[in-house]
Amino acid sequence: MKEQPTYRPPRWAERLLEWYCRPELLEDLQGDLIEYFNRNVQEKGIRAARLVFVVDVIKFFRPYTVKQPKISHPMQNLTVLRNYFKSSFRNLGKNKLFSSINILGMAISMSVGLLLIAFVADLKHFDAFHAGYDRIYRVNNTWHSPGEEPGYFASTSILAGKRIRESVPGIEAAVIINRDFNRDLTVEDKKLPIRGLWASDNFFRVFSFDLLSGNPETVLRAPYSIVLTETAAQKLFNSTEATGRTVDIDTTRYTVTGVVRDPPRNSHIQFEMLGSIITMDNRMQASQDKHWLSWTNMWNNYVYLLLPQHGNPEAVENQLQAIAGQENNPADKVSIEMHLQPLSKVVIGPSLSNELGFHIQQFLILVLTGLAFVVMISACFNYTNLSVARALRRSKEVGIRKVVGASRGQVFLQFLVESVLIAGLSVVLAYLMFIVIRPGFLSIDPHFSEHLTLRPAVQTYLYFVLLAAGVGILAGIFPAIFFSRIDPVKVIKDISQLKLFKHVNVRKVLITFQFALSICFMIAVSIGYKQYSYSLNFDLGFNTKNILNINMQGNPPELLKREVSELPEVTGISASMMIPSVGETYSATVKYQDPTDSTYIYFNNVDENYIPLHDHELIAGQNFRPAVSDSTDKSEIIVTEKTLQRFDLGSPLEAVGKELSIEDEKVRIIGVIRDFHHGKLDEPIRYFAFRRNPGGLRYLNLQIASADMPVTMNRLQAAWKKIDPIHPFEARFYDEEIERAYAEFSAIIKIIGFLAFLAISIASLGLLGMVVFTTETRLKEISIRKVLGATEGRLIFLLSRGFLYLLIAAGAVAIPLTWLLFDKIIFADIAYRAPVGFFELFAGALSVIGIALLAISSQTIRVARANPAETLGRE
Amino acid sequence: MKGTNLGEFEELVMLTIAALTTEAYSVAICDTLEKHAGRKVRLGVVHAVLNRLESKGYLKSTLGEPSNERGGKRKRFYLLTNTGKSALVRAREVREQLWNIIPDFVFKGLIG
Repeated sequence: MKEQPTYRPPRWAERLLEWYCRPELLEDLQGDLIEYFNRNVQEKGIRAARLVFVVDVIKFFRPYTVKQPKISHPMQNLTVLRNYFKSSFRNLGKNKLFSSINILGMAISMSVGLLLIAFVADLKHFDAFHAGYDRIYRVNNTWHSPGEEPGYFASTSILAGKRIRESVPGIEAAVIINRDFNRDLTVEDKKLPIRGLWASDNFFRVFSFDLLSGNPETVLRAPYSIVLTETAAQKLFNSTEATGRTVDIDTTRYTVTGVVRDPPRNSHIQFEMLGSIITMDNRMQASQDKHWLSWTNMWNNYVYLLLPQHGNPEAVENQLQAIAGQENNPADKVSIEMHLQPLSKVVIGPSLSNELGFHIQQFLILVLTGLAFVVMISACFNYTNLSVARALRRSKEVGIRKVVGASRGQVFLQFLVESVLIAGLSVVLAYLMFIVIRPGFLSIDPHFSEHLTLRPAVQTYLYFVLLAAGVGILAGIFPAIFFSRIDPVKVIKDISQLKLFKHVNVRKVLITFQFALSICFMIAVSIGYKQYSYSLNFDLGFNTKNILNINMQGNPPELLKREVSELPEVTGISASMMIPSVGETYSATVKYQDPTDSTYIYFNNVDENYIPLHDHELIAGQNFRPAVSDSTDKSEIIVTEKTLQRFDLGSPLEAVGKELSIEDEKVRIIGVIRDFHHGKLDEPIRYFAFRRNPGGLRYLNLQIASADMPVTMNRLQAAWKKIDPIHPFEARFYDEEIERAYAEFSAIIKIIGFLAFLAISIASLGLLGMVVFTTETRLKEISIRKVLGATEGRLIFLLSRGFLYLLIAAGAVAIPLTWLLFDKIIFADIAYRAPVGFFELFAGALSVIGIALLAISSQTIRVARANPAETLGRE
Repeated sequence: MKGTNLGEFEELVMLTIAALTTEAYSVAICDTLEKHAGRKVRLGVVHAVLNRLESKGYLKSTLGEPSNERGGKRKRFYLLTNTGKSALVRAREVREQLWNIIPDFVFKGLIG
């Protein structure tokens, strides 16, 4: 048995033994096991020996070997805890600067955390008021078309809804909704626009909207039935007792069969009235409309299913696939898939087109959570950094505690209690900040203020407390480990032996990380803002200046044209179906000579004034001729240059006069215009055509030359009132329209800007703390240097040098990283990008470094200027 | 274990300790027992017995010097206390008295 102990038993098993075994038995037992281990290594090999060791360690876990759990007196625990609190508070009071840096930093970061928690809690409560909340599913369609990315839609076809109701088993109720029911309701001499939905008869079986009068089973059963919300009933009848009364829409009479409480603000389905969908069914049947029940008419309809208790959504989804398989026409290139989406995933969920109501992308929540987390981590770093930096001062206390009998665990706990306590104080401050920033957050997006309150419920407060505890533990865990490891003998004998400088690198890394983060945020804001203003000022290829677009809301264009043309400020008038370049698109299939070769073309219906008014450049052919009065001729189009390439139409001059067919209607190219950006800037230029179509115009485009805009707007409004006294005047300048198209972008910039501000504040606070600490510890050294003749400038440099390197390192990491992030990921899909220049990359970094330098110099200058006689004289 | 009665294995362990005089520590006790009793003796069992006997006051123990073969851990050497010794003697007396009253013919041919 004289072998060298080169082999060791598994360390974790030894640790386990050390942990559970009574100290008086430990050494001997451990020795025995090691002796056997060595013997087994010789006889059976290392693997077997290790195994035997582990088994033995576990087998020795017996009543007589195991430590008695310390059952201390509850009063004693309380005293210990009280002592922790007391020393924590004393420590807080002793270092007011550090304490306020810690508390402020944590509070700032936690206010973001609270905001996020309240936000997510609000979103999670969406639609939860429905009794069958966890059993309701929506049928979503996926649109597959060859050569294109699949399109994901929240909507489906009425046909799908009907087939599900007829033939799918395992469903308690299915409701079909169509969103195209915004009408003007007439009651006696009153006419009001009301927003509504068509819904099938079991709407109130699937959903738990609160029906105040009327029978939920039958209110939507008969044709020409309407259910009004309280508010709508009040507006129309000045009373909520509207059941049984009648209203007129155009020339049709409807009966009010029920009154429902207004949908709560946390419902994604919002309406002012519901019409029985059978009204539309009958009407479409009468007019032999094939489109209404077509499988591909899936843009305006929604189907929600209520499954029975313990229902099987997979089985239902298989049935849906089967239906889709029958309905998809193999001759048609387009195919549709149907999927179920649980109601709980509707509001926070994947990005879908044609959402019925309020919706937040899951991805956005993830990004926000990530950012908030990063900011909170940064504040935790401050705490860690400052606590460890001041270890010299705290370690005597720890030494004494240990000498008196505190165990490692107790010291650990003490420091954890302290950090959680500080986090607790911070969360109170954070709550106040949260109250202050809440309105600002809600105003970022008009939908937020419409649907969210951010008023925390009782459970939400619980999450706030958990957040505080989590942040406290995260911030305090490293200092707690550090202090609990302190060897009392060394600390009390000679404090300089404390291995403080082992952690200097950790601290440097933490500070660098914080500043790199701040710089990232700043660069993100400046790149984002550059892209935003680039988008707003982009030369789209036509004129948008001083053009006011009026939504005609169904009024005849001629009438309104006549009315506004009398105003002297209006220098030009045209009409169009839609406003290009703000994200709205209309497309149709186009063919040239080959009947099998078709493509999608984006188009806008316009009149003959549109192209000159918007300064589109005609490069061949001519503009639309003035219409012969009352003509509905729509056989002329003007296409963009790019469109010619698609069908080999030759040069612009050659293309003029050739014929295309749009949705099987023959049209003739009478002109070619220069390409322009008809979509938002994240999309490339595609094929586009203007078509003269007097029947399909929805907007009036006015060229305005006015010295006094408010007066002009008032005049226009007055003109509108004459034509349409019911609907409010809806007009926006083209540039404003573009700004709104990128509003989401500006909201994100605002959020990131806010976070950048927080990150910089936190990092600067932390840096300030570190500088104060360093200068204080080096006060004597500085004084001696001064006495020996060092200049103030040199001293300031000496003190700042170390931090300066960290800042430069932070910049060196952050600048290329952020640039890559934007170039390769965030802006990768944007077709037209603002060039990222020197200014965007370095201005942000320099401003952060500037702020940091301010924090550094505020302290170093003070110390460098101090009179050495005062510092040294104190001894 | 009630009273001062010794169990069979306890008695064997104590006898081994007495035989090993000053060299009696757990592993050595196991080895010696294994050699003489001719059966596999588990460390866990011996350890538990040693612990129990010590708490009954039959044994006392001291830690020795650290040695290399045990990973630097010290051995715990056991010695019989006077109580332990008298318990062993008492057990032996009981046996001898019983042996004495057994008529010779019972074990005739088995013991010489």
